[in-house]
Amino acid sequence: MSLKTPLYDKHIEMGGKMVDFAGWLMPVHFGSQIEEHNAVRQDAGMFDVSHMTVTDLKGADVRDMLRLLLANNVDKLQDKGKALYSCMLNSDGGILDDLIVYYLDDNWFRIVSNAATREKDIHWIENLAKDFGDVAVIERPDLAMIAVQGPNAKEKTYAALGDALREHTESLKPFYAATVGDLFIATTGYTGETGFEIILPGKAAAFTWQMLADKGVKPIGLGARDTLRLEAGMALYGSDMDETISPLEAGLNWTIGWSPDDRNFVGRDSLESQKKEGASHGIVGIIFKGKGILRRHQEVSFSDSGPGSVLGEITSGGFSPTLNCSIALVRAPATVMPGSACQVNIRGKMVDAEVVKYPFVRNGKSCL
Amino acid sequence: MSDIPGELKYTKSHEWVRVNDDGSATIGITDHAQDLMGDMVYVELPEIGDSLETGKECAVVESVKAASDVYAPLAGEILEVNETISESPEVINQDPYVAGWMFRLQLSNNEALDALLDAKAYEEIINSTDQ
Repeated sequence: MSLKTPLYDKHIEMGGKMVDFAGWLMPVHFGSQIEEHNAVRQDAGMFDVSHMTVTDLKGADVRDMLRLLLANNVDKLQDKGKALYSCMLNSDGGILDDLIVYYLDDNWFRIVSNAATREKDIHWIENLAKDFGDVAVIERPDLAMIAVQGPNAKEKTYAALGDALREHTESLKPFYAATVGDLFIATTGYTGETGFEIILPGKAAAFTWQMLADKGVKPIGLGARDTLRLEAGMALYGSDMDETISPLEAGLNWTIGWSPDDRNFVGRDSLESQKKEGASHGIVGIIFKGKGILRRHQEVSFSDSGPGSVLGEITSGGFSPTLNCSIALVRAPATVMPGSACQVNIRGKMVDAEVVKYPFVRNGKSCL
Repeated sequence: MSDIPGELKYTKSHEWVRVNDDGSATIGITDHAQDLMGDMVYVELPEIGDSLETGKECAVVESVKAASDVYAPLAGEILEVNETISESPEVINQDPYVAGWMFRLQLSNNEALDALLDAKAYEEIINSTDQ
């Protein structure tokens, strides 16, 4: 049986084409994925991300536990409301999940992690928490989550939900959160646009969704969510990374909190030795301007990046509506650099593509 | 509900066939197929003069979601292809049965038409796979 978010009836009412995603019935689009994509780049769109896992960690020892749990350093969170992106690793340095942790107060941190990894994550965190005195791991299935993203997302959210919200959130920098009544409002997102991620009681979700729609915020499905995050060069768990891949190999070096040297975290020893030897693979961006679409699992060969045949594999690929051509993230040997040429096997046909720096798109504009 | 015009013939693989007054046949993909695939972003068409064999792949449509082969519903020679959909693949989404046609075929054998599905049979097939 598939799970339904509190917004399920709204999706049906608004013409959502529903698909199973990690056991949840979610809208893949509401008519046209490309129009939805463009609405987020040019105006404002909203996503139901209630399927994601919200976990509150409460108690005096939570910060201590997070120092051990997360590859990024939770001590970067000193201002209340500040958010941090991090991977959670196994002892081999493989990525168990990627997540955002919010610092609410000294006894309360909130983690938002993926839907497909919910049970594994909770189990892992609970297990680790046993070694700490005062840590309560509290799942929050009672909460829903709506992401409002796009250049006009903030203004339209204020128009829909009232000016009290403006007062508390207008001065929030990116990657912060504020609590306003029942609403937890964060300036985070997965699109490369400005906007909010709003965590709210499930029973208030349908009402809030409708108020946003009434102000012209368009409902957006998972299809456009994927092309938006791909243009923004954001990794997707299960595609660009998994338990067999370390952050060093997933283009996520920047999320590892190496300093201080004496902070022990799960996976640190493995990462240290991998760093010393040099990771054999990384993620590169490629762009293909010809006819045809780059897709996951297609093979890429980098002819001028080393002796012999140097091969990679597309981990995320698709059509970029903003660039009007195809783009992809490729797991490639570490020797491959932006600017080099490559060939992609698209359904048996070899086509020429180019290695580029990603992100591909930020704030509505091409980065290329 | 998908649009399934009564005057057309269909295949299980979601192509439609219109028999023209001059005996040629125009072929495209159905409304149901375009709906399953989502926004079209790329179309690869056969070339004029190509000979098609029944059931063999003869074109490719790619949407934001997936790539799909188009199979020749009938054998014959390509007389004309729709360049409009090469430039603007979204026309297939907007108008799969008229502006979104893919190619026109000179049939090798008119009797082959009898093997195609009528609208009712095609509707039954898509209803049974929707369950």
